Amino acid sequence: MNNLVIMPIIVPLIIGLVMVIFRQRILFHKIFSVLTLIATGVISGVLMYQVKYDGIQTLQLGGWEAPFGVSMVADMFSGLLLLTTSIVGLFCLIFAFGSIGEDRERHYFYPLFLFLITGVNGSFLTGDVFNLFVCFEVMLISSYALITLGGEKKQLRESIKYVLINLLASFLFLVAVAYLYSVTGTINMAHLAERVSEVGQSGIITAVAMMFLFVFSLKAALFLFFWLPGSYSAPPTAVAAIFAALLTKVGIYAIFRFFTLIFHHQPEVTHLIIGIMAAISMLFGAIGAIAFNDIKKILTYNVIVGVGFILAGLATYTSEGLTGSIYYLIHDMVIKAVIFLIGGVIIALVGTSKLNDISGLIKTHPYLGWMFFVVALSISGIPPLSGFIGKVYITEGTFEVGYYWLGAIGLITSLMVLFSVMKIFMNSFWGETILSEDMEKSSTKGVMFPIVALVVLTIGLGIGAEGLYDYVNIAVESLMNPSSYIEAVLLGYSD
Amino acid sequence: METIMSILVGVLFTIGTYLILTKSLIRIILGTSIISHGVHLLILTMGGLKSGGPPLLGIGTTTFTDALPQALILTAIVINFATTALFLVLSYRAYQELGTDNTAEMRGDENE
Repeated sequence: MNNLVIMPIIVPLIIGLVMVIFRQRILFHKIFSVLTLIATGVISGVLMYQVKYDGIQTLQLGGWEAPFGVSMVADMFSGLLLLTTSIVGLFCLIFAFGSIGEDRERHYFYPLFLFLITGVNGSFLTGDVFNLFVCFEVMLISSYALITLGGEKKQLRESIKYVLINLLASFLFLVAVAYLYSVTGTINMAHLAERVSEVGQSGIITAVAMMFLFVFSLKAALFLFFWLPGSYSAPPTAVAAIFAALLTKVGIYAIFRFFTLIFHHQPEVTHLIIGIMAAISMLFGAIGAIAFNDIKKILTYNVIVGVGFILAGLATYTSEGLTGSIYYLIHDMVIKAVIFLIGGVIIALVGTSKLNDISGLIKTHPYLGWMFFVVALSISGIPPLSGFIGKVYITEGTFEVGYYWLGAIGLITSLMVLFSVMKIFMNSFWGETILSEDMEKSSTKGVMFPIVALVVLTIGLGIGAEGLYDYVNIAVESLMNPSSYIEAVLLGYSD
Repeated sequence: METIMSILVGVLFTIGTYLILTKSLIRIILGTSIISHGVHLLILTMGGLKSGGPPLLGIGTTTFTDALPQALILTAIVINFATTALFLVLSYRAYQELGTDNTAEMRGDENE
């Protein structure tokens, strides 16, 4: 029992609720949202420290012991994701200070942002399938509001599709929960894992697992990504960056949790399907990223490639693959946020996202250009930047289990990704400078700090990958041996 | 009883799917609402119907109805209520801004 486990959920929730009351105090909103994210970051750091030395931390809400109550569980995997969420969220928030505009600020932008973080943190920490659904909904409802905030025509048009597809996914989630409850008689994840491993993963449980995979794939944009390019290009830059960095990652986290803890007894069926879906998303995402000549479209398709690559590591179901996935997941959260931020700055400067109308920005914005170059190298996994180490481990994992096709597709799509982001770099930064500084639609004042910070972070993650290895290793060990998770939650309870 | 409920759930899903596949926004919202009812009934059915007395101590029965599905449905209904309300407001705003409630006219990137 550790009350700290629930803090990353209730701190942003309560602060967000208080902010709603003081609607006109924008400065108060700004200060407290920054403080909240720093607080959740510190809390998740402490949680990681405790997990490292004392094992997995749990909290049984209301004193109702698992499996009867709702359990909150923090293992190293959740801890790492929580910390990354806080850091990335913080910098996207600081970016929003200088770019989101007073109109949106007065219409609850910061409280909504904190509610989104609440939902994301809740999804990472919950140990109960239905509670996971609730946390998903908290996150999604905030995202519905954030994506429509401002009420531009494009936002409204795209958000209708976004809301509809997520509503349907939520219904299917509930259907899957109902089936799972009917088959196993429990919705506590640890208890589920125990029961499934006792009776063996029969055909019907695998079918339910496929249903969960379908639901989470819709959320994570794994293979079922048709909704993503439209809706992620509609909202303002800060919101698009936080969506790209966090929302799909929650779906990925859920797939990891379910298919390492509960449904891991038939990897030749379930994990192979995940691998095929990952391969298709990598290929289609990379083709989309190459095909378009529009910054926003290229970046959104790159999100899909990243999702596919992370799940390729899970598909191998080896220690190497999972190590790579966790490294790449952390890298992807940072890098997707920063590349969306830089892309947004370019679009704001020029006033268009069409690559053909942008040229020669390196003259007026050399720092922005070179930072984009570093990020572009990092996103395609060039050493010593942060994408490299994850890519090595994932490829090693795919070769180890004989999925050569998966590793090959991963490497080929890396080249395609490199081509697509270099296309942005060459088109918008090289060439004749057609835009003088006084003709620019906006300035880079106030938005450079978060970009610089995140670029430094991606370089640091690449060079300091060794220091992170201890933590990633603990996370992988508990993912590969679910018995430690089950033991920590159920405390020896058995039917 | 479970069989009849399952068929009812199937009928609700069919109607909901049909409505979602139409082009008018209001029908789509009604479709999601009907599917959500189907989902709630499904959760209830999956927990097992009429399997014992009320889940209270001290009333002298030995078998009890499972109360968990009802707790789940309660939560799901509340969440669904909120999302439906939000979806209605959103489509009304979209209708005002875009001047249409026909989803066929909301596709593509060009008509901004």
